[in-house]
Parts: sequence; C-alpha cells; structure tokens
Amino acid sequence: MAEARSVGLPPTQSRWAFRLIALVYLAFLLIIPVGLIFWRTFENGIGPVWDALTSPDSVHAFQVTLIVAGTAVVLNTAFGLIASLLIVRHEFRGKSIFNKLIDLPLAVSPVVVGLALILVYGRNTSIGTWLGAHGINVIFALPGMIIATCFVSLPLVVRELVPVLEEVGDEQEQAAATLGASPFQIFRRITLPAIRWGLAYGVVLTLARSLGEFGAVAVVSGRIVGQTQTATLLVEQSFENFDTGKAYSVAFALAAVAILALLLMTFLRPRSDR
Amino acid sequence: MTTTLIEPEDPPAATPVPINAPKRRWRPSTGIELGLATLYLSFVVIIPLAAVIWRGLGLGWSGFWAAINTPEARYALVLTVVASGIVAIVNAVMGTLIAWVIVRDDFPGKRVLDTLIDLPFALPTIVAGLVLLALYGPDSPIHVTLAYTQPGVVVALLFVTLPFVVRTVQPVLLELDQDMEQAAASLGASRTTIFRRVILPNLVPGILAGTALSFARALSEYGSTVLISGNLPMKTQVASVNIYNQIQNDNPGGAAAVSTLLLVVALIVLVLLTLIQRWAVRRG
Repeated sequence: MAEARSVGLPPTQSRWAFRLIALVYLAFLLIIPVGLIFWRTFENGIGPVWDALTSPDSVHAFQVTLIVAGTAVVLNTAFGLIASLLIVRHEFRGKSIFNKLIDLPLAVSPVVVGLALILVYGRNTSIGTWLGAHGINVIFALPGMIIATCFVSLPLVVRELVPVLEEVGDEQEQAAATLGASPFQIFRRITLPAIRWGLAYGVVLTLARSLGEFGAVAVVSGRIVGQTQTATLLVEQSFENFDTGKAYSVAFALAAVAILALLLMTFLRPRSDR
Repeated sequence: MTTTLIEPEDPPAATPVPINAPKRRWRPSTGIELGLATLYLSFVVIIPLAAVIWRGLGLGWSGFWAAINTPEARYALVLTVVASGIVAIVNAVMGTLIAWVIVRDDFPGKRVLDTLIDLPFALPTIVAGLVLLALYGPDSPIHVTLAYTQPGVVVALLFVTLPFVVRTVQPVLLELDQDMEQAAASLGASRTTIFRRVILPNLVPGILAGTALSFARALSEYGSTVLISGNLPMKTQVASVNIYNQIQNDNPGGAAAVSTLLLVVALIVLVLLTLIQRWAVRRG
C-alpha cells in the first residue's frame, strides 16, 4: 500500500490498467505485426530469402535506392549546414519565411511532391523541354527521383542543427575570428566539431527517410523495371504480382536497415541532447 | 552542453592577429550561402509546389470545383478527413497514455519499448503497409481481416502517426514538477482531481501539438495505405491514392485540384500548430 501513497505512481490498480492498455495497443499495432513479418520472411528458411535478395532485379533496385538516397543525403546535408547557420547566425530579410518554407515538405503528401515535379520538370513543360534538349531527362529518370527524395527529407538536417547551433552559441567562433581565423577555418575547427552529434543524427534521419521513400518516387520514376525501380517500389510490385516471398524479403532488408538506423539514433540522441 | 564536445587540444589556427583587425562583430559571409540555399529551396520545393497550386487554380473556380466534386474525389477527400480526425483523437488519448506509462511507470523492457515507439518513423511506409497486412490481411493468423476496409485504412494511419503525441507529451511529463502534485494530494485532492487540475493543463499544449502533427501526416499519407486499402474507389481510396490514380490516368489538372485542397488543409493545420506553440510559450 506504500505505493498507493506515493504520488509519483498512480495506485497499483490503475497503474496496471494503464500499463495493460498501452502494451496491448502497442502489441497489436506495432510489435506483433513487425515481429510477424520477420517470421513470415524466414518461414521457409534463409535460402529463399537470400535468393530473393540476390536476384538481378533486387540487386538493381538496391543499387538505384543507394544512388538516389546517397545523393539526396549529400545534397540535404550541405543544404542543412548552410541553412541552419544562416538561420541561427544571421539576420536577413525574409528569414522567418525562409524558416517556415523549410518545414513545408513535412506537411506535403509524397504523391503531391511527385505531381509537383512532373508539372515543373515533365516533358511537356518549358523547363523539362529545355533540359531535355540538353540531354537531361528529369522525370522517369534518376534526377527526378533524387529531387523527389531531397524534397521529402529536406527539413531533417536543418531541424536537428538549429537547436544545437543555438545552444553552442558563437563565443568560440567570435574568439577564433578575433585571432584571425578564416571563415572556413572557423567552420572546420570550431563549428563542425561542436555540432557533429546533432549533424550525425540529422544525417541518419535523412538517410532512413530517403531509403524508405515510396510515394514521391513512385510518381516520378515511372516504375521502369530494371531502370528506375527502387527497393520500396520492388516491394509493392512483388506483392501485387503475388511474389510475396520476394516482397517479404526486400521488406525485411529495408526494415533491418530502419531498425539499425533507429539503434544508431538512440545511440546518438543522448549525446546531442546533453 | 554540446560546447563541451570541442576538444581543448584543437584550438583555432594560430594566425597572427592582423593589426587593423575589424572592430565590428565577426559574421560569416551571407551572400553566396543565402543565394545557394534559396536557389536549392526554390528548385526543389517552392517552384514545384507553386506549379501545383497554379495548375489547380488555373482551372478557374468552376473547373476547380468540378475537379474536386467528382464522386470519387469527393468521397476520397471526406474519407481522408474523417479517418485523419479519428486517428488524431485516438492518438491524443493513446499517445498521452503511452507517454504516461513510459515516464511514470516502470517495468522490464520499458527502455526497449521507448525505442520501438520511433520505429514507424524509421520504417518505410510501404513496409509498414506490408507489416500490417501480415497481421490483418486475408490470411490473418488471428482471423481479423481489415484488408480492403475503412478500419484497415485507419489502422495504417494509426501506425505511421504513433510517435507524434508520445514524443511531444513525453518531455513535458518528464520535466513536470511532482511537488505540485504532492501539494495537491496533501491538500486532499483526489487522483482524478490532481490529474484534471494539475497534470492535464500542463500537458494540453503538447497533446494539441502532437495531435495536429498526426492529423497533418494522416491527411497526406500514401505509402502505408496503398496495400491495405486495396485502392477501391468510393470505399477505401484516400485522397493521396486518388491523386496518384489521376496522375496515372493523365489527368494532371484534377490531380492538381485535389492536391491544392490537401495543401490548403495542411497549411491551416500548420498555422494552428504555430499558434498552439506561441500560446504554450506565453503560458510558460
């Protein structure tokens, strides 16, 4: 009964009730479904999974995914560094609009992203025609998929870096400047080491989001098998074609990467929060 | 503090101090960086989104109305808003309860559970759909088939929005001073009263913010609903899937109209969210 008197914990009865409700909810929404997919994947042993993952179209899909996600991560990391430094260390006209526009992609449906890119870079548009005349196809090709992935994961690095930069302050940068360090030296020796954990966290988030992008890429890629098919598109296509073994195997590979990213994030989180 | 991460043995380069060092505060240069960042933002986000709205409104008022008022589009929009509303309410309640259990309760495996909450954010949405079909699909091991039904859509949306409320309420609950609760208890307040009068008012901004975020996400969700909804027009087809079909059927105008409406609703939610945050800051 001592527990019932301590205010921190609710009385045993309702504490058990809350715990039970939360656990049952999470079990049926999250834990059992995710566990089940691992079980379904390895139902027939590891052989078929390996075969499915090493089949030519899977290997190609993973390659496309890596190229698209890798490029998007590099671009968004560079943008994230520049934009967060601008937001935290500078005053300029239109800053609050700039800041709000960066958050916009989080509220936009991936399918709308795809449509938006088709309307600007599609073959019937002026930009698309001009680019096509110079031999660059954006839609139904890798550049469009990269832009789409950049769009959906754009805010993640910025949102991680802004609070970190604010907390670090700029005293050290000022001191370095007074001592005659160049802006690049200041960035490399002062700013970057101070924000590295926050940056790492943002990069992992961006990578996880980029590897898993489906809707936007589905629209702009044209889903050309063996050319613009990413891993997530392959999951859907295999499932629709009743090749559930392959769908589960590729989904398992993607889920494994996601869980790995999650573990990395919990490892990085306390450091960036300290 | 992240400042402590700077290694002391890594001082700035020892360039001699210029004699005529500028007196004003040092500022990294802005021009080129701002130009590059704005250019990137323009070509990736601003111009494409403007093109959608331009195309949608370019239909004219009657054209726009006709495009969003086709039976299929109207049904998809209503289903999306209603399903997102249900998802938002369930998340407000369950998210708060889960955050409570994680912060105030203690049991083996709690830390693992805490980590798992973020899984829906890390998992690709198409995998999320497949995962739910494994339990609630036609060959459901527990004989609950939600595939190709509206409840199935709601479950998919609940899955992908699970972390929002939990993650906005959890930090508030962690920092909540338990002295107030103890004071209230010593003055004879019942547990229900303490929760309603002391704890809940502190949580409300967090709950509202998380609910708004999950509503916005549910409105725009695509990947997780594709497999479980079975894409049945007038039954389980949500707005994003409707837009996708219109793009595939070479009807970019109609797709742009539905997209514009979806964007407007999302923007309203974002503005509300900013207002909630300002209100929360003012309350301290």
